[in-house]
Amino acid sequence: MNRILIIDYGSGNIRSVYNAVKKVSSKKISEIKVSSSANDLKKCTHIILPGVGAFEFCLRGLKRKKLLGCLEEVVLDNKKPFLGICVGMQMLATKGYENGEFSGLNWINGEVRKIKTGKQKLKIPHMGWNNLHFKRKTKFIKQLLRKIEFDKNKEVSAYFVHSYNFNNKNQNEKIITSNYGGEITAMISKDNIIGTQFHPEKSHYFGLAFLQTFIEQKD
Amino acid sequence: MLKVRIIPCLDVDNGRVVKGINFISLRDAGDPVEQATIYSREGADEITFLDITATHQKRKPMLEVIKKTAEQCFVPLTVGGGIQNISGITEFLLAGADKVSMNSAAIKNPNLIKESSNKFGNQCIVVAIDAKKKSKSWNVYINGGRVDTGVDAIAWAKKAESLGAGEILLTSMDKDGTKSGFDLELTAKVSAAVSIPVVASGGVGNLQDFFDGIKIGGASAVLAASVFHFKEITIRDVKNYLKSKNIDVRTDNF
Repeated sequence: MNRILIIDYGSGNIRSVYNAVKKVSSKKISEIKVSSSANDLKKCTHIILPGVGAFEFCLRGLKRKKLLGCLEEVVLDNKKPFLGICVGMQMLATKGYENGEFSGLNWINGEVRKIKTGKQKLKIPHMGWNNLHFKRKTKFIKQLLRKIEFDKNKEVSAYFVHSYNFNNKNQNEKIITSNYGGEITAMISKDNIIGTQFHPEKSHYFGLAFLQTFIEQKD
Repeated sequence: MLKVRIIPCLDVDNGRVVKGINFISLRDAGDPVEQATIYSREGADEITFLDITATHQKRKPMLEVIKKTAEQCFVPLTVGGGIQNISGITEFLLAGADKVSMNSAAIKNPNLIKESSNKFGNQCIVVAIDAKKKSKSWNVYINGGRVDTGVDAIAWAKKAESLGAGEILLTSMDKDGTKSGFDLELTAKVSAAVSIPVVASGGVGNLQDFFDGIKIGGASAVLAASVFHFKEITIRDVKNYLKSKNIDVRTDNF
């Protein structure tokens, strides 16, 4: 039985994430919990870290809840499947440059910097639906693409809303990209860790399929 | 490329959908949760609720509408109307809104834009501008179009951006409900003046109007209410039309 924990650290659209996970849950899911307790982190099988707001504000929220140590233990040592969404992904970086320079969790090598729109007068935030390009066919992606009955001629888009981009170092960890002015890191992955810049909980059928693929991951 | 968003708007009064012409003469148009669910299935890229006669006592039905909609619609939800302060914004967000749109409160207390965007992120804060033409410029109106503030709409849009607004929802009061197309001049001027997305609203009557709002108005998103409510045009019609005119729209999820 899977137990999904959505981390509540005082930021973000927790309810949207909860609603979407609930929608795609099957009998195999015994509970979906929204919590910030270390005890729940230890008991759960899957972890979702939502994130809306500024990089440092979100990190501070995690610290205030005294969750960092326990989170590192269950994700990095116990290897529980982890999904960070939007700023929940950005916080995994080495450094973030939103409203100053801040250290991130450094689980995935890279920096979070303001989107460069180049010479085009593109609007910031990058807000709305954008096409996804699947760069690496990981096991997760294969399962996801099967679920959405993907074929090459089909466009797949997801909902983004952000002003900063995760420039990750290791290209192998960049799984999905999008394009806005330049390349946008849409999904990263390393071992049991997944991060998405887009909001699966707001990306309609594709997003629901994404969350379902995640919660069906085996421990 | 980033796609143009098609946004159906539901004007809600005491838990029911209503729609007026030039901000008055309302008629009943159904259950908001049911409508929102249909729209999201048809391919709406976002859904906007405007609580048009919100007073504090009437907030409960709106919160209930947001809560129920968020359980069924997995696209972004924007909610506006009657927001006075941070706690009002928090209430909407906790109910399941992704963005809140503020109008009168932002004019009366511009610092609310700053305070709320710092707290919730600027992507969350939409400043709604109801604008009415005054010979060569447009004035901002508040209190549901009842009060002329004398503030210039373009200057106000810029100020809202500098205070931390993540988006402008621009409604032409002259065009609202008339089905004679967006106020393209106003839309183009505001879009050019700010670097945040502008949602064009007020006046859509046919498919060409959507195209013009994007191409001529420079809007990042187009919003309409009555043409969708009364099924004169479906969201799918709009998307098929725009696609045929080489405008990038989301068609993959439906």
